[in-house]
Amino acid sequence: MPSLTCHTLSNGLTVLLREVHSAPVISWWLAYRVGSRNEPTGLTGISHWVEHMMFKGTERFPAGALDREIDRAGGQWNAFTSMDATKYFETLPADKIDIAMQAEADRMSNAIFDADETESERTVIISERQGAENQPTFWLAEEVRGAAFRVHGYHHEIIGDETDLRTMTRDDLYRHYRRHYCPANAAAIAVGAFDTEEMLAKIERLYGSIEADAAPALFTRAEPEQQGERRVVVERPGKTAFLELCHRAPAADHDDWMKLQIMNAILSGSGGASDNKTSRLYQALVKTEVAASVGAWLTPTVDPYLYSIMVTLRDDRRPEEAEPLLLAEIERLQTEGVSDAELNKARKQTRAAFAYSTESVTEQAYWLAQSFILGDVHWFDNYAERLMQVTADDVREVANRYLVPRSRVLGMLHPTDPDQETPPA
Amino acid sequence: MTPPNESIPNASNIARAELDNGITLLVYENAAVQSVNLMGSLQAGSIYESPVQNGLASLAAGALKTGTVSRDFDAIHGALEDVGADLGFRGHVHKVGLSGKSLAEDLGLLLQIAADTLRQPVFPAEHVDRLRGERLTWLQYSNYDSRYRAAKAMREALYPDTHPYHYGTYGSDDTIADLRVDDLKNFHAAHFGPRGMILVIVGAVDAGEAMGLAADAFGDWRNPEQPAVEQAAEPAANSEARRPQVFLPGKTQSDICMGVVGPPRKAEDYLAAQLANSVLGEFGMMGRIGKSVREEKGLAYYAYSRVGGGHGPDPWTISAGVNPDNVELAIGSIVEEIERLTSETVTDEDLADNQSYFTGRMPLRLESNEGIASNIHSMESFDLGMDYLAHYEDMIYRITKDDLLRAARHYLRPERMVVAVAGPVGSDS
Repeated sequence: MPSLTCHTLSNGLTVLLREVHSAPVISWWLAYRVGSRNEPTGLTGISHWVEHMMFKGTERFPAGALDREIDRAGGQWNAFTSMDATKYFETLPADKIDIAMQAEADRMSNAIFDADETESERTVIISERQGAENQPTFWLAEEVRGAAFRVHGYHHEIIGDETDLRTMTRDDLYRHYRRHYCPANAAAIAVGAFDTEEMLAKIERLYGSIEADAAPALFTRAEPEQQGERRVVVERPGKTAFLELCHRAPAADHDDWMKLQIMNAILSGSGGASDNKTSRLYQALVKTEVAASVGAWLTPTVDPYLYSIMVTLRDDRRPEEAEPLLLAEIERLQTEGVSDAELNKARKQTRAAFAYSTESVTEQAYWLAQSFILGDVHWFDNYAERLMQVTADDVREVANRYLVPRSRVLGMLHPTDPDQETPPA
Repeated sequence: MTPPNESIPNASNIARAELDNGITLLVYENAAVQSVNLMGSLQAGSIYESPVQNGLASLAAGALKTGTVSRDFDAIHGALEDVGADLGFRGHVHKVGLSGKSLAEDLGLLLQIAADTLRQPVFPAEHVDRLRGERLTWLQYSNYDSRYRAAKAMREALYPDTHPYHYGTYGSDDTIADLRVDDLKNFHAAHFGPRGMILVIVGAVDAGEAMGLAADAFGDWRNPEQPAVEQAAEPAANSEARRPQVFLPGKTQSDICMGVVGPPRKAEDYLAAQLANSVLGEFGMMGRIGKSVREEKGLAYYAYSRVGGGHGPDPWTISAGVNPDNVELAIGSIVEEIERLTSETVTDEDLADNQSYFTGRMPLRLESNEGIASNIHSMESFDLGMDYLAHYEDMIYRITKDDLLRAARHYLRPERMVVAVAGPVGSDS
């Protein structure tokens, strides 16, 4: 991995630069430390909506101007709001990157938030939520998160609750923007074909004069310890049943996170290229023809979140049939541990997944941005090495520490008979 | 013509060989990565199956990895997963696609398993039944997915039931329930073979070594039973516009899928149609449609258009997801933009913007192994020539505003358009 240059401007902006000359391309990212975890009740979804408004223009770059400029240059640009962050990126041919750097510097403090544009975007975002609602699994995920987090901001969906999307005002959005979009709460990241010294000078010129506000105090509420298993049931018209089994997991900066990641690779696969048909959960649930598919996720987050297993039941099966099979696999892991062969496979899968995920400069820059958000800019660079250090004992130990009934949330989606529903007159 | 640019894949840096059994091998060295990517295709798509066995080609492709003469299910998946490699087969209408990746050091293993599963599958009944069950679950789920149902309704109304494009490659509950192991074996014996197969290898490999490994794996494959290549005919034009509606309970949004028969990839006006489509529903924030439906009217989160452009007359589609109350307003706005595109030439600025967009995005499309492999595969599959990318800019800048208007008028005919809607309003579940 080429070396990483870390720098902080006098106004507090973190700068991360990595030269990669494999293709004449540069990926430019701005990552802000604000996401749905920082949203109080009444303003759920505001980080995501602010992200949409950032595409509605500044005095210098009116709405639509950058769409055109970046497409003309053959680039791609987009933004993502997550639970912990809001990230913006442009990947462009190297000789065209200036437009992206100028645009992000400009909209860090000069986005307009026009009132009419805000109203027009309200219906777009409600439409985005309604599109997600058409998937039964969205309802299940929303209920499971709500059950898992009573206090912490992870309890609501990133898109927000519809009632808040209908009542939030332009001024709410603008306040959120002004409060969180400042150099001290952000990082600028470049990966690609550039000269580091020239790039640093350019960044200093474009971003150095942005006013230095103190980093904002972020709204967060710590989740109290869970006192016992929680269960939710969702009913939606359809034919397919689902089961989601979650356990509280530590934050990404905790030593146990990497151990759980190896545990996950053994239970369900690395999440990289492999479709994991030798994994324990596939063998227990799909091979036995209870499930059509099974997957599991450990998300790297700032605060403790969830280790989640999702089971899609075959059309003649119910979630109640999958539950004991899942729990038996967890118990087997806790009592018998894992073999050296499983551990070595997980390590090799990890090395391959790491190689695949760093093929493009856009992916490399994404992971640097995510590492900044997680509080350690070397988090992803050290990822594979840290995973290699996990032992069989570590895996068994974290399985016993985290996969316990007391911190468990179990969600079931029961399909209801669509034929009983009638179309509106 | 401009000379080939050495920094992009072209005839001088793509190693190409035709084996005497009919397989075309293409290798491109990319030393900037640690991995290797496989991409390939065989002449064994759903066009070779009968409507009553709809889903057969896809199920056969999906079941290749369930067991071979020399490896059982666990041995195949164990070998791949032990090294973090991936290998998959997917049935399309004309072809079965092959894709795979591994660390560069494991290319030999990947090719050996690809060859074994393609050449000697045994289709174990237990695994075929399990795969069938998984697909039935997927179909059951999709039947209540508004986006899937709108696209399906559009496809079925646009292409008659005598046309292969009328059918989905996965088949239906009824047709795949009746497929037997012998059907898969017979289909494999008749249609899977080396003639017409393309295999592209891109990654941190030596081209000569990669060619050798691929030739070792596939060079002695023969199948004298392979039939002539099937083509999909241009379907007869609809005599009237059609408006299928699908009622799906419990949904909060309606999905719209509008379609006409579009150009095949080899059509002379394919690139002009692509540029016209970009103006209509792609460039910037989803083109003119996105500007009208999303940006100005706030009706939808997504509203865009796409030209299929494969081996036959794939559809040119426009898709949008809107609140049920706004369906007619959204359709009306889209129709207005189609009428504008087919009645007046685009502006000089529109043409210049989109030409710049098409040519400028080349470096990004060639950034990853997968992107490079996909482009090389297309060049071979559609007989574009290995210097296609090198001459691409010239081709795009030769296209005129009148070319766009002609292409738009030729394909985007309102009287032949199907407008399908799936959601909480309608009459047919």
